[in-house]
Amino acid sequence: MTIVKASMAGTVWKILVAEGEQVSAGQDVVILESMKMEIPIAAEEAGTVKRIIAAEGDFINVDDDLVEIE
Amino acid sequence: MTKLTADKKHQEMKDTVLKGGHEKYHEKNKEQGKLFVRERLELLFDEGLQAEDGTFANVLAGDLPADGVVTGIGKIHGRTVCVMANDSTVKAGSWGKRTVEKIIRIQETAEKLSVPLLYLVDSAGARITDQLEMFPGRRGAGRIFYNQVKLSGRIPQICLLFGPSAAGGAYIPAFCDVVVMVEGNASMYLGSPRMAEMVIGEKVDLETMGGAKMHCSISGCGDVLAKTEEEAIAYARQYISYFPDNFKNKPNVEDPKLPATFEKSIEEIIPANQNAAFNMYDLIDRIIDEGSFCEVKKLFAAEIITGFARINGQSVGIIANQPRVKGGVLFHDSADKAAKFISLCDAFHIPLLFLADVPGFMIGTQVEKMGIIRHGAKMIFAMSEATVPKITVIVRKAYGAGLYAMAGPAFEPDVCIALTGAQIAVMGPEAAVNAVYANKIAALPKEEQTAFIEQQREEYRKEIDVYRLASELIIDDVIEPNELRKTLELRLDAYKSKKLTFTERKHGVSPV
Repeated sequence: MTIVKASMAGTVWKILVAEGEQVSAGQDVVILESMKMEIPIAAEEAGTVKRIIAAEGDFINVDDDLVEIE
Repeated sequence: MTKLTADKKHQEMKDTVLKGGHEKYHEKNKEQGKLFVRERLELLFDEGLQAEDGTFANVLAGDLPADGVVTGIGKIHGRTVCVMANDSTVKAGSWGKRTVEKIIRIQETAEKLSVPLLYLVDSAGARITDQLEMFPGRRGAGRIFYNQVKLSGRIPQICLLFGPSAAGGAYIPAFCDVVVMVEGNASMYLGSPRMAEMVIGEKVDLETMGGAKMHCSISGCGDVLAKTEEEAIAYARQYISYFPDNFKNKPNVEDPKLPATFEKSIEEIIPANQNAAFNMYDLIDRIIDEGSFCEVKKLFAAEIITGFARINGQSVGIIANQPRVKGGVLFHDSADKAAKFISLCDAFHIPLLFLADVPGFMIGTQVEKMGIIRHGAKMIFAMSEATVPKITVIVRKAYGAGLYAMAGPAFEPDVCIALTGAQIAVMGPEAAVNAVYANKIAALPKEEQTAFIEQQREEYRKEIDVYRLASELIIDDVIEPNELRKTLELRLDAYKSKKLTFTERKHGVSPV
């Protein structure tokens, strides 16, 4: 199990995956909005999306949990 | 003793020394995927060691061949370099009196010859039993670091870390220009996990506390993570090819190569939407000689890319924002990374190429607590002081102090070029309109707000239009993205004779 975490503080703009979906390593799973930029966040490892932890519009800090992958 | 017995004795002694430590330690090395020190040197040099000193150091002790370190001279791509290399089969590569003396002497030799010095480190640290002789004195271990500082910027100093670099010894990599670490075996730490448990009660394993991956991605003490020793050595051989032998010379120019070819042009890979991410490596590959990129700190602060490359055969140091990671925003670590890299290039006459696509420095409580201002100051300090040719390319945008840090017009770049479509401003249109008209927007009826904001953003875009900046001579040229490679070739050639003294003083007071 791995948790995809926020690389920097910002707002969750788009969640690109749904629970139960297969993802590959390096695939973007969430896009944050920070410093007026779109910040794609990729899964480090391949697996199945077990849980979406953050919701679109949430303010998140660096290292906050976004998505759980199994 | 007859001549025959003397020769025989000599040969026996020499054979013993060249074999290194006890067989069981060689076995242990093999299990860990480590090469014997002399095998490493075979791989490093074109044709092995051509001169070795102190081979018989501590020979009478019997079990301390070469006193655990090989020092000498060899050639890389036909160029002379000096080396010190710990032998981990001899008391775990630990330092005794003669080990330290040999290291100091090879430093002195490298200085006299004005050639690069490589440190192949694999050492458990000081031999406590010998501490009075090797630790505190004028030619004790401290002198090694003093010499490193003195040699810094005079000759390239390269560290290859194959095993531990413990306690005081951990400062050898710290004072080198670049540190290559072998994953799984290399480590750096001041106190071992055992000591950490005894002294501060922390239970931790070596890899977590001071392993290669940690140092190359989190602490920034390592620059390059290699999978094997062979890979680490190959990196060092490539790295040195971008450098002159010393600060008095310029880097060698190699045979020019065209960039690799790709289906999409530069124009096609840069998104029109300023806020969307793209991969800066794709741009770098399209402007440098094919296969010439030699990256430093790839895994650390990846929002900025630093590496050596060739353009038309000429060595350049590239500092590029990476919009794909953290939006290319500058953080404390990215500023540190860039500062060291800029200073390294400047020391050895390697021209600097800034590829700017930067929304600015990160803001917020967390980064203020980390001291982002003083870290950012380091980058701006190093970049200002650099007197090598500096070429700045505004690829898409340069906002706020990001423009300053990326060698904006005020920092004496030889040229500041904008690609068509680039934006330079205190901040982007979205943030600016918010900042200026927040009260007015709030006062407007809801249905009028969006139209007003869009109209103001459009006005703002006109204000920061790239031709307006070119017309005001703020930027020196505007070019089509696909012309970038050719422009860089011509500019680098044109600035070859640049000679500049930054200012006169004892030295600046560098922010840390």
